[in-house]
Amino acid sequence: MLIHKHLTILGRYVILMGRTFSVPERMRMFFKQYVKEMAQLGVNSIGIVLLISFFIGAVICIQMKLNIQSPWMPRWVSGYTTREILLLEFSSSIMCLILAGKVGSNIASELGTMRVTQQIDALDIMGVNSACYLILPKIMGMLTIMPFLVIFSSATGILGAYATAYIGHVLPPDDLTLGLQHSFNPWFVYMSIIKSQFFAFIISSVPAFCGYTVEGGSVNVGKASTDAVVSSSVLILFSDVFLTQLLS
Amino acid sequence: MIEVRQLCKSFDGREVLKDISTVFEDGKTNLIIGQSGSGKTVLMKNLVGLLDPTSGQVLYDGRDFVAMSKQEKVYMRREMGMIFQSAALFDSLTVLENVMFPLDMFSTMNYRERQKRAMDCLDRVNLVGAEEKFPGEISGGMQKRVAIARAIALNPKYLFCDEPNSGLDPKTSLVIDDLLQGITKEFNMTTIINTHDMNSVMGIGENIIFIYEGHKEWQGVSSQVMGSTNQRLTDFIFASDLLKNMRQMVINGTNPKI
Repeated sequence: MLIHKHLTILGRYVILMGRTFSVPERMRMFFKQYVKEMAQLGVNSIGIVLLISFFIGAVICIQMKLNIQSPWMPRWVSGYTTREILLLEFSSSIMCLILAGKVGSNIASELGTMRVTQQIDALDIMGVNSACYLILPKIMGMLTIMPFLVIFSSATGILGAYATAYIGHVLPPDDLTLGLQHSFNPWFVYMSIIKSQFFAFIISSVPAFCGYTVEGGSVNVGKASTDAVVSSSVLILFSDVFLTQLLS
Repeated sequence: MIEVRQLCKSFDGREVLKDISTVFEDGKTNLIIGQSGSGKTVLMKNLVGLLDPTSGQVLYDGRDFVAMSKQEKVYMRREMGMIFQSAALFDSLTVLENVMFPLDMFSTMNYRERQKRAMDCLDRVNLVGAEEKFPGEISGGMQKRVAIARAIALNPKYLFCDEPNSGLDPKTSLVIDDLLQGITKEFNMTTIINTHDMNSVMGIGENIIFIYEGHKEWQGVSSQVMGSTNQRLTDFIFASDLLKNMRQMVINGTNPKI
């Protein structure tokens, strides 16, 4: 029974994505929405991404210095591990988990409210492919803006680490620089961006499905918003395991 | 003209619409009336394709809407306008942008022409001056008028209104009724109005269909309502003592006991 229920939901999700990925009726309207969504979902998230990345970068650096650095370890180890953690996991996966909360609830509640106030019905009656008009710009907007968020996050995390070196004097800045440059593998940057693209799709499409298919009233919109955040977070964590194994 | 033939709709085995056959004529305000839960909204949703009937046909000028492919339905819907009970305006768009929306999506006009057309529609519903406001900043009656302007922006052949007077005061309801009747005549549209408002029934009902427990109980024009012998219809329309007495007064010419 539970499997049947989940398969039904998966089927409905696939059908909705089928409707979403179709040619927009008016490209002009699509681009207008696309730019709007990039601003709303991506640009408006830059602040929180920078803030969290800065402090997490600083905290990782302090923790590495306190717990890993020892006379037996090379002096670059704190900088090296900080860079690897930021690049491999924090700036892609953890940052996307944070965005799943912010962006996911935003998308689900927006579409859910549009559904219960019959705005989506109004689009359908006009002959507009409502899924394509409302969801496609969100997905494309997130996919476009995500690499920038990943790069900003990594860079700000490193700035946070430098802040501990220059302001907190936790470790010498030269040691940190040495660690950040040690055995740098550019593939990790690409890997981070590739992973974030999958997560961006999850963050935008799963909440869109939850919001678009709401039935009932405001209580169900709230429930859809919660479901969207939980489902997309779980999916990000699951897919992170497979993507890390595949891309490493 | 919209013709409905033997339309049935069931939800989980429960029959909501039972063998409804009727004709909604061009250039007339066709009213669907009935108690809450009688199936009016389900009938309208079947007409516009938001629900698929269990059996039966919906013919738009002879074209069977039920049998159409999804793509054909999409094109067909561009000939329809709908005014929802809640107005269903897009919150993020201004009044002018709401009215321009169908034009932006489907017309081949340039921006100036689209804007002019939208302003003409707003002028038609007496809303010039409110074009830069957002739906949340205007009253319920104004929202309904914006919804009407949006619905007529593309000159639809068929106009559907789901309880356009709900939540409005009697005076504003009359304005909306006059507006709907006016644009129906002006554009020779097939207008179908789903309503509970008895003022609308008596004022603009040129073809009234009374739905009772999912079947068509009565059909006629407003002038026939007063003298109808259908008990269910008269019980529904003249539900209050005041209206019952007034009806008696009109029929018998006696003084009402109010």
